[in-house]
Formats: sequence, structure tokens, C-alpha cells
Amino acid sequence: MRLTITTDPEGQRGCSPLDSDEGELLARLRAGDEDAFAGLVDRHHAAMVRLARGYVRSAAVAEEVAQDAWLGLLRGLDRFEGRSSLRTWLFRIVVNRAISAGLHERQHLPVDDSELQEDRGRFSQDGWWITPPVHWADEAVDRMVAPELAAQVRQLVAELPDAQRQVVTLRDVEGLPSADVCSILGISEGNQRVLLHRARARIRRHLEQEAVW
Amino acid sequence: MTIRRAKPDAHDITCRQAVALMTDYLDGALGPDDCALMEAHLAECESCAEHLRQIRITVAVTGRIREEDLDPAIREDLMDLYRRWRSDRDK
Repeated sequence: MRLTITTDPEGQRGCSPLDSDEGELLARLRAGDEDAFAGLVDRHHAAMVRLARGYVRSAAVAEEVAQDAWLGLLRGLDRFEGRSSLRTWLFRIVVNRAISAGLHERQHLPVDDSELQEDRGRFSQDGWWITPPVHWADEAVDRMVAPELAAQVRQLVAELPDAQRQVVTLRDVEGLPSADVCSILGISEGNQRVLLHRARARIRRHLEQEAVW
Repeated sequence: MTIRRAKPDAHDITCRQAVALMTDYLDGALGPDDCALMEAHLAECESCAEHLRQIRITVAVTGRIREEDLDPAIREDLMDLYRRWRSDRDK
């Protein structure tokens, strides 16, 4: 059994001009349609709080940042030209608010050398496996929906270094395409992939060690 | 990477390199030459192929941790925010 990857290599979602659904949503928001706004809140608020947590340590402050971002969205609604998707714009407001509020210093991008040590001992000096991965991928497919596994991974993501958490949250939790994530976080594609690679490596290692397949 | 050969071989890149390139590979960010090297390696190296399957599982599992339940009080606060914005604008 093969899993479909949820990433979007084309990076097209959210980068293309407004599709008709989004154009209609925007029109409804501008017209004061409460259902439209409620739908947007239900879809994105939890993700915005998660994103804000990448910049601030307290849950309460992250919540404030997210709420403040909604106000930013409303104030900018009439000027929004749709050059990015509504979601990308909204998430960018969250990041800007979190930073400009001076709540937390902008995290340095990859500096954590301990991450580079994770593969030590797995490969020989000339680069071949010494300790090849134990096979568990096929067994895992059936069990990956277990709620306790989600709880473990949620905790693990929460404990990642800030920059890794920001990237993996947007890419793998929210499923945003690479280009949108770079635009939201203001980082290069290469940097983003380094961070993503490290975050995934750490989660993979946890699945290998902790999960009972 | 600058290794270029007419026909990529599994040993043109090492397992360590293959693992290091997996995120780029999944993102479609490798150039055609590197992509061919990667695929030649994966076709021959069961350990790296397993590692890639595990990364795919990792991505899928991570995609399941979203918590969508919104505190009703927060939702109501946000709806109030919208109503205030609307009434201010329409004044």
C-alpha cells in the first residue's frame, strides 16, 4: 500500500490568482456576511494560533496575536488585491504581528548543530548505511490514525526548535505549499527545506522509537 | 552535485547523500540530473527506499495532528469583532 504524499510539489495552491470560490468568499466578507467570516474563523483560527506559537512562548499571547491578526485582515479587506491567497495573506499578518509586537526575537535560522549529529553512527565514513532503517513503514500505514500517536506527535512538534516548528506546522500540519510557506515566514526555499528536513527526521526517529508497530 | 553520467547508477550517490536529499526530492526541488541519480539509487537500495517510505508516513502522521475545535467563547469574540468592523464601516 502506498501513501499519497500530501505535499504539493508544484507549489501552486495559493499562488495562483484568486480562484472563483475565493473571489466569492472575499465578496461575501466585504458584504458583511457573518457565515462567510465564521467559516474562515473555523478553518484558520486554530492554525493561526499554532503559527503564532512559533514566535511566542505563551498560549495566551499566541491567542492574542491571532485575534489581532483577524482585526488586521478586516482592516485590510477592502484593499486586498488577491495577489496571494487569503490564507497566505492571513498567515503573513499573523507572523508580522507576532514579530512587530516585539513579543519574541526572530529566531535564527539553522544553527542547531545537535541536529546534524542525528545521523552520526548510521552511515560509514564513505556514506553507506551501517545501521539501515528497521522496516516499519508498511506496518505503520494501518496504525497511523491512532489518536495516541497524534497526541505524541503533537507534543513532539511543540518541542521542536522554533524555526523547525514554524516550518513543519505550515508544511505538514497545515499542508501549505512550499512557496506560500516561504512567503509567510520570509525565508528562502532552501532554508525552508533544511528546517523541514530536520523536523521530519526528528519526528521519523520518534515514530521509530516510540510507536509500537 | 555535479556528478554526470549518461546512465545513473545506484552508487553514483551514497546512502547518506540520498537521505540528505529526500526532502528536496519530495518537494520536486531536485534538478533532472540529481532526480535521476536519486531514483536510480532508490531503485537499487532497499534501505533508502524504506527510509523514504518512513518519511512519507511521517508527513502523513504529522498531517493528522490538527486540532480544529475552537473554544466557543473565542469564536464568539471573533464574530463580535466582525460585527463591530461591519457596523463601523457602514456608519
